[in-house]
Amino acid sequence: MRFITDRKTANGKGSAHSGTHEHKDMALTSIGLAFLMPTFLFIFGRTLGQPHEVVVATFGRPIPAIVTGLMVFLAMRHMMHGVGSVLADYTRGTARRLLTIFVNALAYLITAAVLYALIRMAH
Amino acid sequence: MAEAKREIVRPLSPHLQVYRMKASMATSVLIRITGVGLMSGFILFVWWLLAAAISPEYFAFVNGIVTSWFGYLIFIGSLAAIWYHYLGGLRHLYWDTGKGLDLETVDKLSWGMVIGTPVLTVLTILAIWGI
Repeated sequence: MRFITDRKTANGKGSAHSGTHEHKDMALTSIGLAFLMPTFLFIFGRTLGQPHEVVVATFGRPIPAIVTGLMVFLAMRHMMHGVGSVLADYTRGTARRLLTIFVNALAYLITAAVLYALIRMAH
Repeated sequence: MAEAKREIVRPLSPHLQVYRMKASMATSVLIRITGVGLMSGFILFVWWLLAAAISPEYFAFVNGIVTSWFGYLIFIGSLAAIWYHYLGGLRHLYWDTGKGLDLETVDKLSWGMVIGTPVLTVLTILAIWGI
């Protein structure tokens, strides 16, 4: 027996209060990452272990910089939802709220750090 | 009114200790573990990139750590984790179309992920080495 009416579950944005936003954003960021990640892995793999000038020259070029920046931006959005689900499953109350704030702050910090590094190396 | 304030402690999900482990469950749990674990490789990469942007001296210090056996261990582990998570993500996108949800297909897709991960990991390393 269902204790919640159809209207209640579907009313407005439903019991999640954000509709299907998280699910859709997870799918959309994963499609973006499916194209960007192999490209990024190749660029990074080829640059890892090279001297400083080569690293700066590589990530200063438009395509490696744009691929890296976009990948990190999407990956961090993807991570926020993913870790958000983990926290929703295993934590509750104040611990959940504080950990959610911490994870989101970390995601934005990493995105900002990468964009700063790429802008500084751009030539 | 003390009773009204009592917190309802509902069980947390998923109940790993209740269900019998199956291929579909094991592969699903591993998507989560690889996803969270990927933060280590990510943070190592960001530290390295930031060091390159800051100064040659700081880069030399960070590069020494990142290109040590320990750094490569994290990066190769992260590479395998990326491919596993990638295949798991493709499976979710396929499921989102409403197809492939019967037990036989789910089992096949699970084995596809387990076999596909080492194959793609080795292929990526070969591609990077230029073979």
